[in-house]
Formats: sequence, structure tokens, C-alpha cells
Amino acid sequence: MRGDLTNPVPEVNEHSQEEVLLNQWAEQDYAFGFVSDIEQDIVPKGLNEEVIRWISARKEEPSWLLDWRLKAYRHWLSMPTPEWAHLEIPAIDFQDISYYAAPKAAAKLNSLDELDPEIKSTYDKLGIPLEEQLILAGVAVDAVLDSVSVVTTYKEKLAEKGIIFCSFSEAVREHPDLVRKHLGKVVPYTDNYYAALNSAVFSDGSFVYIPQGVRCPMELSTYFRINAAGTGQFERTLIVADDDAYVSYLEGCTAPKRDENQLHAAVVELVAMNRSEIRYATVQNWYPGDAQGIGGIYNFVTKRGLCQGLASKISWTQVETGSAITWKYPSVVLMGDRSTGEFYSVALAARAQQADTGTKMIHIGKNTTSRIVSKGISAGRGQNAYRGLVKVRETATNARNYSQCDSLLMGDRCGAHTYPYFEINCPDAQVEHEATTSKIEEDLLYYCQQRGLPTEEAIALIVNGYAKEVLDKLPMEFAVEARKLLAISLEGSVG
Amino acid sequence: MLEIIDLHASVDDKPILKGLNLQIRPGEVHAIMGPNGSGKSTLSHVLAGRPGYDVRGSVRFNGQDLLDLAPEERAWAGLFLAFQYPVEIPGVSNTNFMRSALNQVRSHRGLPALEAGDFLKIMREKAGLVQLDPSFLSRPVNLGFSGGEKKRNEIFQMAMLDPQLAILDETDSGLDIDALRIVAEGVRKLRREDNSFLVITHYQRLLDHLRPDIVHVLMDGKIVRTGNDTLALELEEKGYDWLKAELA
Ligand SMILES: Nc1ncnc2c1ncn2[C@@H]1O[C@H](COP(=O)(O)OP(=O)(O)OP(=O)(O)O)[C@@H](O)[C@H]1O
Ligand SMILES: [Mg+2]
Repeated sequence: MRGDLTNPVPEVNEHSQEEVLLNQWAEQDYAFGFVSDIEQDIVPKGLNEEVIRWISARKEEPSWLLDWRLKAYRHWLSMPTPEWAHLEIPAIDFQDISYYAAPKAAAKLNSLDELDPEIKSTYDKLGIPLEEQLILAGVAVDAVLDSVSVVTTYKEKLAEKGIIFCSFSEAVREHPDLVRKHLGKVVPYTDNYYAALNSAVFSDGSFVYIPQGVRCPMELSTYFRINAAGTGQFERTLIVADDDAYVSYLEGCTAPKRDENQLHAAVVELVAMNRSEIRYATVQNWYPGDAQGIGGIYNFVTKRGLCQGLASKISWTQVETGSAITWKYPSVVLMGDRSTGEFYSVALAARAQQADTGTKMIHIGKNTTSRIVSKGISAGRGQNAYRGLVKVRETATNARNYSQCDSLLMGDRCGAHTYPYFEINCPDAQVEHEATTSKIEEDLLYYCQQRGLPTEEAIALIVNGYAKEVLDKLPMEFAVEARKLLAISLEGSVG
Repeated sequence: MLEIIDLHASVDDKPILKGLNLQIRPGEVHAIMGPNGSGKSTLSHVLAGRPGYDVRGSVRFNGQDLLDLAPEERAWAGLFLAFQYPVEIPGVSNTNFMRSALNQVRSHRGLPALEAGDFLKIMREKAGLVQLDPSFLSRPVNLGFSGGEKKRNEIFQMAMLDPQLAILDETDSGLDIDALRIVAEGVRKLRREDNSFLVITHYQRLLDHLRPDIVHVLMDGKIVRTGNDTLALELEEKGYDWLKAELA
């Protein structure tokens, strides 16, 4: 409180000043909003069987894959648009989207030097460490610019161990049996509206196979980026860890500023065999739209892992700060006895963002364990919903689940909603659920300020502390990036 | 260093400070005593800039008008408050907190940010000063600390930030006898000719260690008596009733 002899400031004003600060950071400009100018090779807008045939032909796919796409498309046509999520979704005109875009310069490359300088400078602007530092750090990058894989590094080193890490298109060409065996087995095209759409029109993505007994010696990383105006992005990722294998996979993304909403409907499938472990981490920072809710990415993602083998483990970690609308429930099907599923999530909804995210843990095998830690942050007019399902089948004796869902509210125009669902069909299941909702208390802020921290730095510190349990699950270099991302979302125009 | 003239503060139209005057010169240690609810903590928060008070009057701090500054600006200017009830910050380690705070304070005092190595060295040294076990440095700020541990942590933070004026609000409450001596010795080591302390306490014990230059009694929002350390002894012995009677 600043004293003023003539005109004491009423207490209520002080609160609203705090509100203004909180709201200001929530509306700060998106730091990564710009458009790069690469010639695109775009299929005309619209969706029909011809377009699907065109995409498949263009990618020189085998007929079984075209057939699968067409079946998915026909199924999609029969499905109603989903409405159950706690989201306000403007109607999407699926005929107004172009379903394939490839950078023209994206012929096969042997090294980074061959990369289109324009693309490279886009990556540089984004601060994507595609270059030496990253390679030195031991991260193999399969950078996806829109729909086609542009650069793949470190492939040979991985190949020595029998690890396959390549674009999805390449996997279809080089390892068709592996792809055919697993594609659509964890997320069938009948699963949901957007999974069906993705199955029909998916353009590219990543494929990973870790053979028996192999520990992948580096973090595998893919940076996705939506870069063509008005094109939907339909990534497809498939990761298979064979018996006793281990892999840690990182996915991170930013997108340029746009005035029209862009649809993103990815599918990620994970398969873990006996005693294998897959860790999948995401930092998502797509353009969230402006303070009025104009522009921004629609992010409807289906991510699911299958713990097929005994004592297998799948762990999802996500930091979601971007997109206008996020609809995403990374899930684990615990089929193998003694298998483990984990979900660690930080979701930030500021400005007019809407996030509806959570997880499903489906216990089928005996002695299976799942753990859910969700940290929601709502600011501005952001709406954050956690939606979780823990399902314990009759067969899943001695199942255990622990769920913790925390919500942090900043300002009084935002919202947090928690919808935990439990379907317990086995009497000896042990299920624990905790939920908290809190505000950043004025006294906490004041304490930090008294130590010399300006408001926005204090908020960044407090929020990072709040999300620590999840951030700690990220691989080191990703954790640093994620903290910065939260801080960027928190700093900006204040001060 | 600090000059308070006719300071009034109220909360929700309830007056708490009612025309308080106080002057502290560089190098001095002042003690404030007074009955519960007399306004001691309110004074410390008004000085530190906590929101929620209607404030009138004038407070000059090293030539600046303190009441014009935001809380963090007061910290940069060299004001430190050891809280009567320190706040917990989940997920933020003491180390991280102090690194952010110290670098902020330093940059506003024209000093360069510290290298990690130098920072750790300073931190270990200051933790040693108040015999704070190093394990507390990696724990979240104050989270799950015992009452006494929180107080010791406040003095550690004070040592880190090297303030011009440190206000200690009942830092001695909750400290065991050894801790009290350690904290008091820590404060004594930090005393210089150019910094000052305002120590709020109910007990003579801390003052035995600190040897204040001046002792004030705060009652009902005003300083009603000022003396030397014999005043504290007198209060310890007789309580406040005689003073109330005298004033009435
Ligand atoms: N936010 C507030 N709202 C209402 N009353 C308050 C508020 N803050 C302080 N007060 C009242 O003002 C008076 C002074 O409180 P303060 O905390 O300054 O006392 P104190 O001298 O520090 O007491 P103690 O020795 O018990 O710590 C008390 O009666 C207290 O209840
Ligand atoms: Mg008090």
C-alpha cells in the first residue's frame, strides 16, 4: 500500500491493482508469433475420398494403408461431432481446411547444411536448438515442419543398436510389417471423432522401435510446428518398446501467429512389451489466440499407451501452455500384470484459452498401479478442466491408483473444474483421490516482494514451485525449457 | 536513516496506528516493546509496504519517501522485515528463492549478478552465521519448518540480503535458549556503523544479547515512552499496567 496524505487509496483499489497485474500477464503477447515464408505445396481445401487417395498416392503408400485410411474416413462421416468436453468449440468447417502441406524445398537432406536457410532461421527464432548444442547434448532430432520430415539426425548411431527412429512415412516404406502390426491397435480409428479424422488424413509424424533388451542411449526428440496458413495438422506417432527396452521421448512445439483457428488432431500410440518402459514428455506452446480469443490452435489430441507386457511401464508428462482449445487425455491401458501407468500434467489456461485435459487409466491386469498428478493454472479468462477416469476391471485384482488434482486460480475471471470419474469393478482396488483449489495468496506475493522480487517474478517463482512435482519429471534440458515457458507466459507486459 | 512522523494506519476504518513518531540513526539498535495488539506488527508491515492499510503520515528512509515505494522497491532500498509469521512457499527451494532475491536486490544496488559458485559460497557462509543446517537450503522455503526454524531462516535471509534497516518482528518468540543466543550473535556480527535494527520483542532475553541503544514502548498505536535498556528491565519486572496507569 502506498500512503498518500491527501487521498488515501481504498483497500479495494489495491486488490484491483493486483488483478490488473495478474490479468496483464495473462494477456501478454505470444512471444513466438511470426510467420515464415516458405513455398508450400498444398492440396486444395476440402475433404473427400479423392483427397485421401491423393495424399496416399503422393506418399507412395501401400494399398493396405490406403484402404485403412478410407475405412477410417467412412467411419468418420458416420460420427457426430463430440460435445461432451467442458469446452466451447466454434463449429469447424472441415471442408475449409487443406489436408496436406509440404515445404517444397524439403527434399531428402543429408545434413543440416542442406536445410532451407528460411526454415533454419525459423527454428533459430523459435530457439529450437536444432544445431550442435543439441547434438552434443545427445538429443536426436526428427524435426517435422508441417507435414514432411525435414531433417533426421543421429540415425546411424541409433541404427547400430537396432533402434528405428524415423518419420512415419519412412517407416511405412522401410518397415511396413512393424507399422502394419501396431498401427491403430492402441487407438483404433473408431475410437473418437478426431482419431478417425487423423486416421483418414494423417500426413506424417514419427516412428520409434526399440528392440529387445535395448536402452535407448539418448532422449529422442521431435519438434512439431504448424506453418502453413489454413492447413490442418494431422500427426501420427507410433512408439514400440520391445521386451526389456527403454526409451524416453520428447515432443515440443510452437506455432506462428494466425488470425484464423487452426485444427490440430494428432494421434500418438505407445506399445510397451514385457518389462519395458516408455516415457513420453510434451511441452506444448502453440499459439493460444489473443486476449479476445481470436486465432489460436485447436488442439484435439488422442494419446494412449498400451502396457501390453508384464511389469511394463508408461509415463506421460505434459506441460501445456498453448493452444486456444486443448482437448487431450493421454491414457494408459494396463493390460500386463504388474504394469504401471503415470500421468504428470501442468496445464495453463490464460487469456481466453480453454483447456480440457486429463487422463484415463484402465486397469485390466493384476497388481497394476497408476499415478496421476495434475496441476492446472487458470488466469485471465482461461478455463481449465481436469477430466480423469480410473477404471478397474473385474480382472484387475489388487489394483492401486493415486490421483492428485490441484488447481491454481489467478484473478477472478478464470475458472477451474475437476471431474474425476471412477469405475471400480474389483472390490480390492485401492483408490486414493485428492483435489485442491487455491489462489496465489496476497501474503505469499507480499513476502516475495519484501525480499526484493517484483510481482511478475514472484508469480513466476510461485507458479514454478506449484508445478515442481511435474516439472521434475521432465528430462533436464526440457525442464529448463518448460520453466522458461511458464515464466514467459507469466512475465511479458508487466512492469 | 528512518524518520517516521505522525504515522496513522487503519484497516477497514479501524485505526491501529494513531500518530506514531520514531527516528532511527545509522548504527543504532532500537527495541520496541508493547502489549499484544498494540500495533507493533502493523507498524512493521506498513513500513514494508504490505497492501491493505490506509496510511497517512510521513516516513523518510535515507532521504526517500518510503510510502511512495512498492514493497520490492523498499527491499531494494535496503529495508528488510523478518516476519512474525513467515510464509511458506511450496516447491521453491530456499536456495532458489535467495538466488532470485539476492540478484534482484544486487542489480538495483548497482552490483553484478553473482556467479553460481560465488552465490553458493556466500550462502554457506551466511547459513553458518546463524548455524542453519545446510539441508534447509534445499528445502522449500519455510515448508514444514518448525516455528523456531522459520525464525532462524528469516535471519539467514536477512544476512543474505544485507539490509540497511532490518525490522525483526518477534524473531525471538519460538526460539529455544541456544537458538536465541545463536540468532542474537548472528545479528550482532551483522551490526555495522551504517546499518540499523528495529527489534520488536516481548522479552528481555533477546535484549540482553543485543544491547539496544534505545527502547520504545508502543501502546494503542503510539510510542508512549522512550528510554534506554533499563526501561526494558523495568517492563520485564513490572509489566505494562503501571505505565498505563501513569498515562491515564
Ligand atoms: N487486517 C486486519 N484486520 C483487522 N484488524 C487488524 C488487522 N491487522 C491488525 N489488526 C488489529 O490491529 C491491532 C494491532 O495488531 P498487531 O498485529 O499490529 O499487534 P501487535 O502489537 O503486533 O501484537 P502481538 O504482540 O500480539 O504480535 C490488533 O487489535 C489486531 O487485531
Ligand atoms: Mg505482532
